[in-house]
Amino acid sequence: MIDILINITLLAFLAITSVAIVRLTNLFATIMLFGIFSLLSAGLFVVMDAPDVAFTEAAVGAGISTVLMLATLALTKGQKKSHEEDYEEKPSRAHRPWLPLAVVGITGAALVYGTWDIPGFGDPDAPAQTHVARYYIENAMPETGVPNIVTAVLASYRGFDTLGEVAVVFTAGVAVLLLIGGKRPKSSTSLKGDGGQDET
Amino acid sequence: MFIAVSLAILITMGLALARALTGPTTYDRIAAVNMFGTKTVLLIAVLAFLSGRTDLLDIALVYALINFIGVVAALKLVTQKNFHSSGEKERKVE
Repeated sequence: MIDILINITLLAFLAITSVAIVRLTNLFATIMLFGIFSLLSAGLFVVMDAPDVAFTEAAVGAGISTVLMLATLALTKGQKKSHEEDYEEKPSRAHRPWLPLAVVGITGAALVYGTWDIPGFGDPDAPAQTHVARYYIENAMPETGVPNIVTAVLASYRGFDTLGEVAVVFTAGVAVLLLIGGKRPKSSTSLKGDGGQDET
Repeated sequence: MFIAVSLAILITMGLALARALTGPTTYDRIAAVNMFGTKTVLLIAVLAFLSGRTDLLDIALVYALINFIGVVAALKLVTQKNFHSSGEKERKVE
């Protein structure tokens, strides 16, 4: 009962936040609302008994990506300000979004129609539960010794997959650091000048 | 008891969301996001006791940490306009 209420309220907040993200023109406020959006969806994951996904969503969505978007905003703010005013005004008047709206509406209706065939939430006869889930539930603890089954799957059964993901994430992190963290703290004397690129 | 608490938390979340949406200044939005994160932590903690899964409390702790880091990052950006200066040294240079 109270679970349903919390679900509905969180989903309503999520919808309000996403509409506000689309409508707002202040980039800083948009990033702040993205943080709220991540917290809300992580809360929904917790309500739906997926704490591992919620961990990831909270760490990546609310933590890292908020900080990265703020850093990007800090780097690009000077150029963005002048663009922003004339960028916002024109398309909202001249442009008629009926065709995109129709496409989005039809796609959404098709997706909703597709959900009718999806088995119910937590249905024990769902294909996802009957295929390999039983094997993992029965054998994860004796085979790997990890008490959490999701962790056992991620870190042991799919260990190489996770290793590859870690490599991808590391590469992406290095690339983002090269883009965002360009200036070194040591070059603080040349920060006033515009060309503060002393490659040591 | 827990139901009343979770209702109160949901109402507070709604108020914080309204402040984040309308908030005229930047600091209103930062405070609203910080409060929203705190309410999420509380909601998860209450849910943990409501459903009897007290291991969810770890997630509430992670949320508290992430919320703190995000707010510190946002404030650092607002006051210093960048992330790479430490703040103290910059002020001496200026």
